[in-house]
Amino acid sequence: MLRFVRMLGAAALDGIENLGRLGVYFWFMLRGLIRPPGKFWPVVKQIEFVGTKSFFVIGFTAISTGMVLGLQGHYTLSKFGSESVLGAAVALSLIRELGPVLTGLMVTGRAGSAMCAEIGIMRIDEQIDALECMAIDPYAYLVTPKLIASLIAFPLLTAYCDVVGIFGGYLVGVGLFGLNPGVYMNSVQSSVLWEDVYMGIVKSLCFSVLMIWICTYKGYYTGLDEGNFGPEQVSRATTKAVVLSSIAILLCDYMVTSIMT
Amino acid sequence: MERRGLELGVGFFLIVGFGCLAYLSFNLGKVSLWGASSYDVYADFATVGTLKTRAPVTMAGVEIGQVKTIKLVDDQARITLEIQDAVQLSEDVIASIKTSGIIGEKYVSISPGASEEFIKPGGSIRDTQPPLDIEGLIGQFVFGSMDKSESQ
Repeated sequence: MLRFVRMLGAAALDGIENLGRLGVYFWFMLRGLIRPPGKFWPVVKQIEFVGTKSFFVIGFTAISTGMVLGLQGHYTLSKFGSESVLGAAVALSLIRELGPVLTGLMVTGRAGSAMCAEIGIMRIDEQIDALECMAIDPYAYLVTPKLIASLIAFPLLTAYCDVVGIFGGYLVGVGLFGLNPGVYMNSVQSSVLWEDVYMGIVKSLCFSVLMIWICTYKGYYTGLDEGNFGPEQVSRATTKAVVLSSIAILLCDYMVTSIMT
Repeated sequence: MERRGLELGVGFFLIVGFGCLAYLSFNLGKVSLWGASSYDVYADFATVGTLKTRAPVTMAGVEIGQVKTIKLVDDQARITLEIQDAVQLSEDVIASIKTSGIIGEKYVSISPGASEEFIKPGGSIRDTQPPLDIEGLIGQFVFGSMDKSESQ
């Protein structure tokens, strides 16, 4: 009985400690914005890594999602004889919901995992300690450029995902079901408001911060809980980082949606 | 040389990304950067039915603006119409609320007038027609015979 109480207490203290560390980490990450070293080229490199190299994955995800939305939407809407609003259905679900979330999840899987592994390996190789020895702020050097780059890349990728997805819906609606192209595009244009686009941008910004925060945090503190710095810890940290970021993105998505509507 | 590929990739990404964002905001989201090129006109209706803000305002079937606000003023519904600058309304135009299709959305239709005088920005449309009350009409149709037998 006493042991159970003790275990509960230990778990709670651990949780609070981790939460505090997470908060302090976020602060250090932000503080990196105003600290040397310079960040222009690292940021450009990270934009290439997060943005340019995700282009194909995001495009593929977007076009298949758009086409599936077109198929499913047409199936449902044709029961009510309102195929003419297919464009609105595809565009609104993409811009408000699927674009940001799918982009967030795909980029987390593609770039977040790599960032976590990169920083995790630097940790177990004691490269981060070496940076500290050379009086280089490891947060400003490693983490902050990634944060800036994803703040730039996420909204752009999301917009790209939305546009490609709408085009995918167009392919299915007009090409396969013979919908009038003007009807499709008109329904897209008349249904989408600036608020919807704005909401997608806000979501993608939230997701980018969450992804960087969690993925680099897990990498930075690789092996700290186990007190053992081996390759196994890196793989465990990477898995945890991807799972946690994905869950955080989905939860945040619900919250942002409920706040903004 | 190595840097050239990096720059090219990032530049390409930024162009496509901002292009998509601009398309979403300006074309679909209808954001106007250089201030709204439109003016406001008021119209009082006995009732607006289920008219919503942002409903289109049309003249001869062509969209010329949208409904900005709907307020209650002196027991009447006062709606603000945002009309594009290029369109000028004569003083004797008639604003009526119509429905697209039988169960479609409500919109404001403006029938052109003949007057030489134009409504100034901030002016109001005098002649208005409230929407057709379909439920009321059906009620009259269904219960109409009862009324007749009572009156006889």
